[in-house]
Amino acid sequence: MNDMTPTRAEREAKLEGMGCRRKRVEDIRFTQGKGNYVDDIKLPGMLFGDFVRSPYAHARVNKIDATRALQVPGVLAVLTAEDLKGVNLAWMPTLAGDVQMVLADGKVLFQNQEVAFVVATDRYAAADGIEAVDVDYEPLEVLVDPFQSMAEGAPLLREDIKDKTEGAHGKRKHYNHIFEWTVGDKDLTDAAFRNADVTINEMISYHRTHPSPLETCQAIASFDKVKGELTLWGTFQAPHVVRTVASLLSKIPEQKIHVIAPDVGGGFGNKVGVYPGYICAIVASIVTGKPVKWVEDRMENLTATSFARDYHMTTEIAATKEGKVTALRVHVLADHGAFDACADPSKWPAGFFNIVTGSYDFPVALCTVDGVYTNKAPGGVAYRCSFRVTEAAYCIERGMDILAQKLGMDPAELRMRNFIRRDQFPYQSALGWEYDSGDYHTAMKQAMEKLDYAGLRAEQQKKREAFKAGLTREIMGIGVSFFTEIVGAGPSKNCDILGIAMFDSCEIRVHPTGAVIARMGTKSQGQGHETTWAQIIASEIGIPADDIMVEEGNTDTAPYGLGTYGSRSTPVAGAAIAMASRKVKAKAQLIAAYLLEVHEDDLEWDVDGFRVKGLPEKFKSMKEIAWTAYHSPPPGLEPGLEAVSYYDPPNMTYPFGAYFCVMDIDVDTGVYKVRRFYALDDCGTRINPMIIEGQVHGGLTEAFAIAMGQEIRYDEGGNVLTGSFMDFFIPTAVETPVWETDFTVTPSPHHPIGAKGVGESPNVGGVPAFSNAVNDAFSFLGSTHIQMPHDYWRNWEAAKKLGVVE
Amino acid sequence: MIPGSFDYFRPQSVAEASALLAKDDNARVLAGGHSLLPMMKLRMAQPSALIDLGGIGELRQIQFQGGQLHLGAMASQHDLLASDLVSEHAPILKEVALLIADPQVRYLGTIGGNVANGDPGNDMPAVMMALDAAFVLEGQHGRRNVKARAFYTGTYETALLPGEILTAVEIPTQVKGGFAYEKLKRKVGDYATAAAAVILSVKAGVVDACEITLTNLGPTALRAEAAASALIGKPAGHPGAIDAAVAAARAIMTPAHDTRGTPEYRTSAGGSMVRRAIQRALAKA
Repeated sequence: MNDMTPTRAEREAKLEGMGCRRKRVEDIRFTQGKGNYVDDIKLPGMLFGDFVRSPYAHARVNKIDATRALQVPGVLAVLTAEDLKGVNLAWMPTLAGDVQMVLADGKVLFQNQEVAFVVATDRYAAADGIEAVDVDYEPLEVLVDPFQSMAEGAPLLREDIKDKTEGAHGKRKHYNHIFEWTVGDKDLTDAAFRNADVTINEMISYHRTHPSPLETCQAIASFDKVKGELTLWGTFQAPHVVRTVASLLSKIPEQKIHVIAPDVGGGFGNKVGVYPGYICAIVASIVTGKPVKWVEDRMENLTATSFARDYHMTTEIAATKEGKVTALRVHVLADHGAFDACADPSKWPAGFFNIVTGSYDFPVALCTVDGVYTNKAPGGVAYRCSFRVTEAAYCIERGMDILAQKLGMDPAELRMRNFIRRDQFPYQSALGWEYDSGDYHTAMKQAMEKLDYAGLRAEQQKKREAFKAGLTREIMGIGVSFFTEIVGAGPSKNCDILGIAMFDSCEIRVHPTGAVIARMGTKSQGQGHETTWAQIIASEIGIPADDIMVEEGNTDTAPYGLGTYGSRSTPVAGAAIAMASRKVKAKAQLIAAYLLEVHEDDLEWDVDGFRVKGLPEKFKSMKEIAWTAYHSPPPGLEPGLEAVSYYDPPNMTYPFGAYFCVMDIDVDTGVYKVRRFYALDDCGTRINPMIIEGQVHGGLTEAFAIAMGQEIRYDEGGNVLTGSFMDFFIPTAVETPVWETDFTVTPSPHHPIGAKGVGESPNVGGVPAFSNAVNDAFSFLGSTHIQMPHDYWRNWEAAKKLGVVE
Repeated sequence: MIPGSFDYFRPQSVAEASALLAKDDNARVLAGGHSLLPMMKLRMAQPSALIDLGGIGELRQIQFQGGQLHLGAMASQHDLLASDLVSEHAPILKEVALLIADPQVRYLGTIGGNVANGDPGNDMPAVMMALDAAFVLEGQHGRRNVKARAFYTGTYETALLPGEILTAVEIPTQVKGGFAYEKLKRKVGDYATAAAAVILSVKAGVVDACEITLTNLGPTALRAEAAASALIGKPAGHPGAIDAAVAAARAIMTPAHDTRGTPEYRTSAGGSMVRRAIQRALAKA
């Protein structure tokens, strides 16, 4: 060793592996406007398709007359349901086991539903063509309120299934009913309620909202008639699934379909499903023999493709007078809109809503979900959360606050009394999950100390007295939220999409120079996979992250995977990456043993290569090993150095966190100010702390938006009132609070690197923290529950109802 | 979100612009376009031609002459913020301009476009009413001045006649005193949920003159004369007088029901804006 020999720490630092705050490599192109999104792709002869959409929420379509449109210069074709019937594509299956109209077939069921597809030489001609399509609508009675869906005499929405008594998930109770899903033990739960000292019962709504990624949904289909091959570029979170679905629908053999998701500008669940635009672009390309592009505008995105939430949760908790919970009973009325286009694993009509017992040791519980149709856009996607987990977290976290209020107990104290203890993990929940690991008490204590929770409560007490004395018009709320997520779908034993197990994959090729290309079945939409995936490989096989290129999204080159949503990338693909790396490393060990002329068991791994145990100078770096693999492989060993892994996770992972929001509200205007927001996340092993913090900032900003004003709202006629960013709340930097982040580390015991996933935690945990802060602010005036969203006018209405404004 | 087809002209003089406008009933004047272009993209407005006033240099001038502050119609909100003359003669305009959207919009949005559009959600009409400004309207048949207070006849309805172009805003010299514009909005870039302008002066502890005007609380910007009268002649800061002014202002508010809230809420919040604007104006007077 001399001064020039790098130290072990220097060699480790050079890898920029796990734990490093490595800067995002993808941002080099994103920050220079050099990303390559679907709408950046321009193909020779490319046409443009756009939709005629329904102005009505419910109407019969008597006639579609395209005569005038076909005279508009540049308009080449107008597709209607009748045309699609020729190729059996007027309807398409949804991921939730329902069917959905691709184009209006006889009637429309929500405002802005796709009615006809105008194909033109450019998007301007297409827009003019849309104006010239004459549609004869006959308006029908509109059903907007999900509580009226199953009423006697309610308007019949789905004529196609009106006589079907069995749905994809069992018996249908009414022609507007989709499914009923029940988990838990009814008898034990009912008994616990009968014997309870204290119970609460509140209808807690989580309103309809929308993921609204910066880039809307879009696709280009290009069908090569000679080869019989279809290439489909699109904003897909799950490109491999799209290929399989496209093959099943179009009957084009799967190997002749090439699906490419280029850079994707945000997804948040919006880009998991299959939309009429994709189908119509494909059909139009087959019909015209030219590439056809379809790009949603913002209003179309907000009003037609995939809303989220719209869960109305009647929540009951039973407890002892000492504040020990004894049972949970929840009934959900789920508004799915006109078609059940939920993007959940196929056997889970309400996603993983049965995580609703949260972080608490409920001995028994019962959960029932009824899904119904209304004249609203279809969907029910997981907007930056695992399937229906944010609804569940909101339900239990609001419920626990209401219980604390009834018991006259501090909400943080009530949570501490009921947390699942560290020694109870792995923990079997009353509704069927096995929580992998957790240390809730430690996280909560750390959060309360850092925040000076006791000091804030004392200040709040003083402010309340000042308010009552007429000295201020401002009230103060402290929102407590302690969430447990369930992510990483999922084990093949209980998770599939259309029959395909929800594994994920990674292929690693180490080239002769020691440079690496790695491909996964996931697809980054901004999460930073190109950065973090390389960090896992760097730590596992000792090659610097900068020498590792990560590529996703092309079904021709990437191994099959189920894609990126539900915080599944790190729990599932992250594990596949570690496992593939270990296969590479195992082969590298054989090569090193050959080079060092020892048995492979006499070697030990040392940062970036293998060393002979007890002989530190006998060392072969991965770079040398890679060269040998191609130049002079050991006798009996195949040349090359690569591996592929398909990982079927043994369990989900269960990230958790403690979030606190401190808010002041002016009762006269309803204007709120978020004074502090503290977020402690435990996502197990932390791969890139900087990216984790960025994820938390982004998710909290969405949670803030949702809780404080963001909604998809309809009037009585089924017209969308919030169809643009004028009314659909997207906070700017000015409105966004300052975020304080913190962490504890409780690794997942079953994950190869102990990581749990974090991207969605802030949305899941953030919403209840904001809503609880508003509710806590008003609680001393006698309120138990105020529905979201908590925008200014609704805060004022709450104050008015409580008699503190004129 | 793609407009229908239209012609585009960029005249070099007001006379040329007037001639173009006179030729085509369906032509519209473009003066920033932050209201018109979105309407065109939604095809709620389908003009046959846009006559862009951006090429007429004289329309961008800000001058003080004859005891009046003269704002060329094409002076941008940013130009107002950068002008020393505005600081000196109508400082309330800076306060208001800073509450309009964001810097990008303020570089392109113009004072003329803001006041001529007749949108009750725009901030400048109420302020111009408070300042007793006059608008210069020019057409093929000459020019005339119309007071801001007489200009607005309904939502998107103004005293502008077909073929006329609003070319300038003239603001008389103001008595020295206090002023404030209080605007409640949901986020940056939003129209007011409710907003109030107050300009007043105090002599020997008594309110001597007062103007109170309101934004987005009726079909047009509103001048709350009874509210102002409730303060005039009363000791500055007299709680009863302020309460009376707030009540009088609320009495003339008829806000629309939209996603910003119910009319009841917006009227209540409008009163709060009036109260806060009075208090802040008094503190500066």
